[in-house]
Amino acid sequence: MSTEHKITTQQVNFKVFRFNADEDYLPYYEDYNMEVTSEEVVLDILNRIKWDHDGSFSYRRSCRHGICGACAIKVNGRSTLACKESMNDMVDLFGSELVIEPLSKKRAIKDMIIDKADFWEKHAAVTPYLVADIDENPESENLVSPEDADKLDEADLCIQCGACHYACPVVEINEDFFGPAAFAAAYRFGADVRDSADSRLADVNEEKQGVWDCVKCFECAEACPKDINPIAKITKLHQMAFQEGIAKNNVAVRHAVGFKKSIAKNGVLDEGGLVLYSEGPSIVKHIPVALRMFSKGKIVPPWGITKSDNLDEIKKLVKSSSTAKF
Amino acid sequence: MKKLKYALFTGCTAKQSTPEQMMSTMAVADKLGIELVELTEASCCGASHLQDYDEFLSLVLNARNIAYAEQKGLTMVTICNTCQLNTAMTKHKLDNDEALKAKVNEKLAEVGLEYKGTSAITHFLYAIIDDFGLDKIKEMVVTPLSQFNIAPFYGCHNIRPSELQNETHNSKENPYNPTSLDDLIIACGGKNVDYEEKNKCCGFHVELQAPHTAAVLTGNAIAGAMDGDADMMVTPCPLCHLKLDTQTAHASEAIGRDVELPVLHMQQMVGLALGCSPAELGLNHHLAKVDFV
Ligand code: SF4
Ligand code: SF4
Ligand code: SF4
Ligand code: FES
Repeated sequence: MSTEHKITTQQVNFKVFRFNADEDYLPYYEDYNMEVTSEEVVLDILNRIKWDHDGSFSYRRSCRHGICGACAIKVNGRSTLACKESMNDMVDLFGSELVIEPLSKKRAIKDMIIDKADFWEKHAAVTPYLVADIDENPESENLVSPEDADKLDEADLCIQCGACHYACPVVEINEDFFGPAAFAAAYRFGADVRDSADSRLADVNEEKQGVWDCVKCFECAEACPKDINPIAKITKLHQMAFQEGIAKNNVAVRHAVGFKKSIAKNGVLDEGGLVLYSEGPSIVKHIPVALRMFSKGKIVPPWGITKSDNLDEIKKLVKSSSTAKF
Repeated sequence: MKKLKYALFTGCTAKQSTPEQMMSTMAVADKLGIELVELTEASCCGASHLQDYDEFLSLVLNARNIAYAEQKGLTMVTICNTCQLNTAMTKHKLDNDEALKAKVNEKLAEVGLEYKGTSAITHFLYAIIDDFGLDKIKEMVVTPLSQFNIAPFYGCHNIRPSELQNETHNSKENPYNPTSLDDLIIACGGKNVDYEEKNKCCGFHVELQAPHTAAVLTGNAIAGAMDGDADMMVTPCPLCHLKLDTQTAHASEAIGRDVELPVLHMQQMVGLALGCSPAELGLNHHLAKVDFV
């Protein structure tokens, strides 16, 4: 293999979202055709649009090193840090027609610049700092062991860029939902051995705003430029709620617990039984659809379920391997 | 070509609320000459919920399922996106963490089993694309679906997280612009509909605790396909199918617009193109009527 580094160029057409909330009634897209070199990152393109084509074109950037989190935008629907993302990779993924948009079109103020107020409000709502009694005259450093530091699972690397938050479908529908970045922050401080906050974990377990409304789509994991994997932190927050004994007896919690009950009994799931256990008396609201499903042969009664073979193994493992209580 | 043979992890849904998916899987495998050995010992994968409660238990149970595929010396094939993700995620964790693997195997030893990491795990969609081949399917089509606009609905747990997903199959999928299901539609002679929601979430996993969120996501997906002039939708995931097929009343109410389309399992679509009968494919088990055949 040659070690020589070749710079290649190619023509790319950029369809760029333009909007000025002070002047425009509706956003529009402007086309810029440019020769792009393999050395460039997306931020170079934004700069060139501003410097060579239209000085009014607006976007946020500061550090140019993937640290400040200011420059996150979307390229062909994919959230990205403009200053880190290589143009080559973008062309590899999407070809030579690239659509440049802000993280959230409905929050656009000017071109790529959005109003991130909801992001910061939700971030603030999870007590995103250490709560600890600090000795004001310490005799030695407050050491954290490497093992304890590992527990943060790199959640402390979050740069609050908002890429995950504005990729999350639940944020768009349920305005109370804290969103993946706030949950990652809640985990980062909740998992810190020095922390003693008392309400954070309960706050992220509340209905509507909390982790139980996450739909498990993995958009946040896909979007994060720092590989924080927010949904993995969300899973850990769920587990912490059981460990700390604060999981509420509600439909979402029973739904998770119900799987174990069903598996212990049949190996496979008893779908109807799970809904009944999760919903309790509210199951009545499912009756109309259930009747239609029944008429189409889509509901198997508890006695008709084919249990797993070697069920005794499963029962034994459920007993010996359980680590959580509800 | 050597006869393809897999260990089939059916998951729970195909055995209960989507019997048509089980029927069509077997019918298509039969047509293609693929042998599926059902893992009747398998338990539920926990459907991405059990691990919220008890992660270790979830790992042990999934490792047990995989161990049975390993015993048979076969690649495990899944027919549900969520089964695929849970099983592949378990494999990834155990294969990359010797200590964890040892802990899990300590439990499995109690029932005389061992997780080795020798079986690959792939979704049936990718098995037929990668191992059987789109070109060969194309050659076998007897009833091309050429009058139909078909909207692919990929389902989250087959395309995200892409790093893990792309470990499990050869055809690399871009989660922001997936193509496998589009390619399969084209191979079956249909016209693939491009629409914004094709790689978005259907909302299934919060149907009980957040019914409004779930209904809006379902509604948006069907509406997107309808606006793309689709005659039907097709999905590789039985959970997406359940959501799109049975929850149209809630979805319509949530988005303030009547939405409904026939929704086919990926296997049913392939089966139709290969000349299977509607009865073999269980088309009578749908709520949204499949009235074009
Ligand atoms: S996995 Fe949950 S938090 Fe992450 S984007 Fe999806 S719904 Fe939002
Ligand atoms: S978790 Fe990742 S994507 Fe989300 S705000 Fe932090 S750095 Fe950005
Ligand atoms: S698309 Fe639907 S069923 Fe499929 S993974 Fe997402 S929520 Fe689950
Ligand atoms: S400019 Fe700071 S992260 Fe890109």
